[in-house]
Amino acid sequence: MSVLLIAEHNNKELRPFTLNAATAASHIDKDVHAVIIGHNCEEAAKALSKLEFVKKVIQVEAAYYENFVAENFAPVIVKLADNYSHIISSANTFGKNLMPRIAAALDTSQISDITKVIAPDTFLRPIYAGNAFATVKSKDAKKCVTIRPTSFDACESTGGSASIEKAEASEEFSKTKFVRREEVKSDRPELGTARVVVSGGRGMQSGDNFKLITSLADKLNAAIGASRAAVDAGYISNDHQVGQTGKVVVPDLYIAVGISGAIQHLAGMKESKVIVAINKDGEAPIFSVADYGLEADLFEAVPQFLEELNKLNTIQK
Amino acid sequence: MKILVAVKRVIDYNVQIRVKEDNSGVVTDNVKMSTNPPDDNAIEEAVKIKEAGKATEVVAVSIGEEKAQETVRKALAVGADRGILVKTEGVVEPLSVSKLLQKIVEKEKPDLVFMGKQAIDDDCNQTGQMLSALLNWPQATFASKIEIKDGKLEVTREIDEGLETIEINVPAIVTCDLRLNEPRYASLPNIMKAKKKPIEQLNASDLGVDISPRIEQIKVEEPPKRKAGIKVSSVSELVQKLKNEAKVI
Repeated sequence: MSVLLIAEHNNKELRPFTLNAATAASHIDKDVHAVIIGHNCEEAAKALSKLEFVKKVIQVEAAYYENFVAENFAPVIVKLADNYSHIISSANTFGKNLMPRIAAALDTSQISDITKVIAPDTFLRPIYAGNAFATVKSKDAKKCVTIRPTSFDACESTGGSASIEKAEASEEFSKTKFVRREEVKSDRPELGTARVVVSGGRGMQSGDNFKLITSLADKLNAAIGASRAAVDAGYISNDHQVGQTGKVVVPDLYIAVGISGAIQHLAGMKESKVIVAINKDGEAPIFSVADYGLEADLFEAVPQFLEELNKLNTIQK
Repeated sequence: MKILVAVKRVIDYNVQIRVKEDNSGVVTDNVKMSTNPPDDNAIEEAVKIKEAGKATEVVAVSIGEEKAQETVRKALAVGADRGILVKTEGVVEPLSVSKLLQKIVEKEKPDLVFMGKQAIDDDCNQTGQMLSALLNWPQATFASKIEIKDGKLEVTREIDEGLETIEINVPAIVTCDLRLNEPRYASLPNIMKAKKKPIEQLNASDLGVDISPRIEQIKVEEPPKRKAGIKVSSVSELVQKLKNEAKVI
């Protein structure tokens, strides 16, 4: 049976993780259908039909689908589910909010945040914030699976030529009303998806000193992270927290500045491709996971780092 | 208004997780256990609402082995009025937990159910959403702000793009983010008082719910170890390595 991918979009464009989820879906079965639920979402539906791997698009339209309320979306998917062996979405806040509502309605035990498809019923997923990996096999007839976007490559956004079919809307769920969305307007990449993350810890000594982190992040087009200690000390707001109780990040380059490397911080960043640690305590546990460790006073090292970067002709963005 | 808060007993967030040698799971014997961190936020919020005179009773419920009683007791020590422990053995998947909670909700008839957005052991992030699907109630997940307005809640949610605000009718489910509040510590007198608060004990089998696992855990492994790195002696060496060796800048 085919796999049903739930597209994430803003009614005009696809959100990027839809492309990673399409790749994950194709690892389960080559016959990937994608459902797009929205309001005036023709353009996004067209983009979806062009994705590599997508064989058919199902578009469901209603005014009350404009704002992605899970209570409205779930019944649509449940109604379509008969024809599919698997339902797939990203394990970001969109998919995390929506998929369990679908799974419960289908009486299926969901498998969250997979990093690998081992077989159509067997998956690899991190537990304990990536401190262990579980291989799990679903015994349910229908499988609801969310995928970790950073573990699957984005598929090509061209090359596909799927048909677009319309399907009927479900009834509106009147007990939940969307009020507003405040998107963080920042030129900076999102912490969860940034190619480079620069993080500060308790060693920063004050919120004001985080300016050093900001300048370094500006230079590298990086997101700004922080350890729990820095957040607890009030140096920076906790939406920057990287770790088991904060965000788990997997950037190409992670630069830990003045972070000792508590277990719960390491859990959130140790899958990064390249890790740099700058710390004046040579015994700090952060050095055990760092590819490049610099034992130095950060208040000297970071300004030097900026100077050295200024000398480079080009810096990857 | 009555608030039911679900709390889970998990390995303390500061403990280094160790995988069992036979790859059957992680070591939990003689390991420090605590309340799942965002569940502490859920209890805190419920108690704050009660202190503000907007709720009459806060009931803490946990599903798990006998020792999960400690987790319920901790919730009582920070202000919950009474507790419920649904005793289970072995792995209970979020789908089963939500079915058990549904039974408790039918019995207790709360106006609100709070819980953490995710447990830091299995990292599933499912139970609240599943419970709200089973009850056909509104759900507000990843809540970082809750305002009560004439029988409705206005909830600000943490989403990847920023913040989203929704309005939901009561009864409803709210799953709590760490940003929601600052959980208090239990004072010694309150810990003593909590010992006298009642905890009702039930067996999962009494609730008439099939909680047999649907997911077979084939093995649990340690994450791939990182190769030992090197120490660089200067910032210029670091930048050269990043540029020419790692090729990441």
